[in-house]
This record gives sequence, C-alpha cells and structure tokens, in this order.
Amino acid sequence: MSQAAFRVGVVTFPGTLDDRDAARAVRLAGGEPVALWHRDHDLRSVDAVVLPGGFSYGDYLRCGAIARFSPVMTEIADAARGGLPVLGICNGFQVLCESHLLPGALTRNESLHFVCRDQRLRIESTSTAWTGDYSDGEEITVPLKNGEGGYVADAATLDRLEGEGLVVARYLDVNPNGSYRDIAGIRNERGNVVGLMPHPEHAVEPLTGPTTDGLGFFTSVLRSLAGAAA
Amino acid sequence: MARRTTDKSEREPNLGARVARVVVDVMLKPEILDPQGQAIHKALGRLGFAGVDEVRAGKRFEVTVSDSLAGDPQALEDEVRRLAETLLANTVIEDFTVRVEA
Repeated sequence: MSQAAFRVGVVTFPGTLDDRDAARAVRLAGGEPVALWHRDHDLRSVDAVVLPGGFSYGDYLRCGAIARFSPVMTEIADAARGGLPVLGICNGFQVLCESHLLPGALTRNESLHFVCRDQRLRIESTSTAWTGDYSDGEEITVPLKNGEGGYVADAATLDRLEGEGLVVARYLDVNPNGSYRDIAGIRNERGNVVGLMPHPEHAVEPLTGPTTDGLGFFTSVLRSLAGAAA
Repeated sequence: MARRTTDKSEREPNLGARVARVVVDVMLKPEILDPQGQAIHKALGRLGFAGVDEVRAGKRFEVTVSDSLAGDPQALEDEVRRLAETLLANTVIEDFTVRVEA
C-alpha cells in the first residue's frame, strides 16, 4: 500500500514518562507518531492512541484518577467507544480502568515494593487491534516497572474476563505485583481497547531492550488499521 | 455546588454566610487486598502492640462548603455524595461514607 503512514497519537499528561519511547516504538513499527497534549480537545485526526506510562498528575488521589477527567481523555473515551484503537500501558492502563473503558482497577503491589524487572508473559488473546501479530499462547519478555500494578476486580468480573477470553496477557514465572489470576493485561469486548501493565514500548530494539518482543503491539495496530482501510 | 465567583464581595469573609464541613471516608472494599494495612499491622506487632487482629488503611477527605448549599443539609449531602462517587472514591474497589458535621 503506497498510502501515508497511519497516525498513532501518544498522549502526554503532566508526569508522563514513557511518551517518547512509545512514539519511538510507533515509528519503528512503521507508523507516524503524533503528540497529543492532555489539555487539548483535539485528537489531530489520529487513527489510534497510546496512553503511555508514568505518573500522570503525580498519581495524586489514585493512579489515573485525575487524568481520566483531562480534556484529551474526554475525547479519547468517546472515540474508544466508537472503535478507535487505544492501548494503555502501565499508567495508561490505570487511566483506562478509572475511565471505565476497562473493568477492574489497579492497586498497590502486594509486596508494597516498586518492582522493575524483565517479565515473561503469555499472550492469551490475539483477536485485538493490538495483538494480531502474536500467536495464541506466545511467550514474550518485556520490561515491567510499577508500584501500583496489582490488577483487582470482583470474582464475577474476573470470571467474565476469563469466560469471554478478555485476558490479553498473563504473568509467567512470578506474579510481580499480586494481580488477581496473574492478569497482566485485558481488553474490551470489541478488542479495540487494551490495557497492559508491562511495557512493550521498552522492548523494541536490541540496544535498549531485553528483546524486541514488544514491537508486535505496534505493528499489530498498523496491520489492523490497514486491514480496516482495505 | 455553585462555582465561586470572582466578585470582590464574594471573596471577602462574610460573617453571615453559612459554612458546612462534610467528611468523606473512603475505604477499600472488604474483598480487596490492603497491603498497606497489612504492613501497618505487622509493624504494630514488631512494636509490641499485642491483640491487634487486623488493620485496614483508608482515606479521609474534609470538604468545606460555604454557599447556599450549606443551608440545606439534604441537598448538601446529596451533592457531596455525587462528588465522592465521581472523583474521591473509585467505587469499583472502594466504599465511602458521607457525614455532614455541624
């Protein structure tokens, strides 16, 4: 296809850390990263959005609780309900849960320690906008770094996530933060919204990452957009 | 709650205005693990405080209201309940109580 690259927005909140790595991952995957600012209502005609990691608004009140009500999130929430692909990584996952675009919540690590490690994961849902380039059950290793990454939800919600195949990734070897049922990432029913606690954007180049396993999230969304446009 | 205006008369203390304080307590739901409470519980044990079965940690918010709402206890409580649900608590994992102080 000789068309222009797809535009993938990367949001910067005050306190965001990983926006540049996310933009770099988009570029390495072949997309055009587009910076989105938390106070803007303008999504700049992007085809997909990444909510990167960090500590938006200082994590005050609860992680993601203030970011949820930022002008840009109002637009993203509406667009996500309309099918716009949105990937929330770490703090971005927390924002998606606070926005009720994904069920459950993320709480203080069971150990109370901030955890930073290369984490092995199993990809369990490949029918999302962000995971189509992986194979079912594929095992990948990407960095994980969080203080409040424990995924929690009531038993009925957990059963529904498992029953409907909405768990996208699960921790292997160790459960680093006490997440219920080893859940590292989930999706919505439609598959356009995915939240993930580990960081695929830090595993896209051999020089700086433990692997290049994370690139698949970014190539997947571009392939999914190309499929939708074809 | 009506937004405060920037009118000078509104900014200066008005001795006739009614002021109310509302306390919102937010606690993790019982089924949600509370590692902070557990750490506090363990520390109490190390300090020699015997007989403590469990500690759960929460948050307390004091909301001061000084407009017409303060004169209507029911409307005041309803409004604070609404703001607590919207922002102060994440009702997916937390419960909250609202108490209007005299």
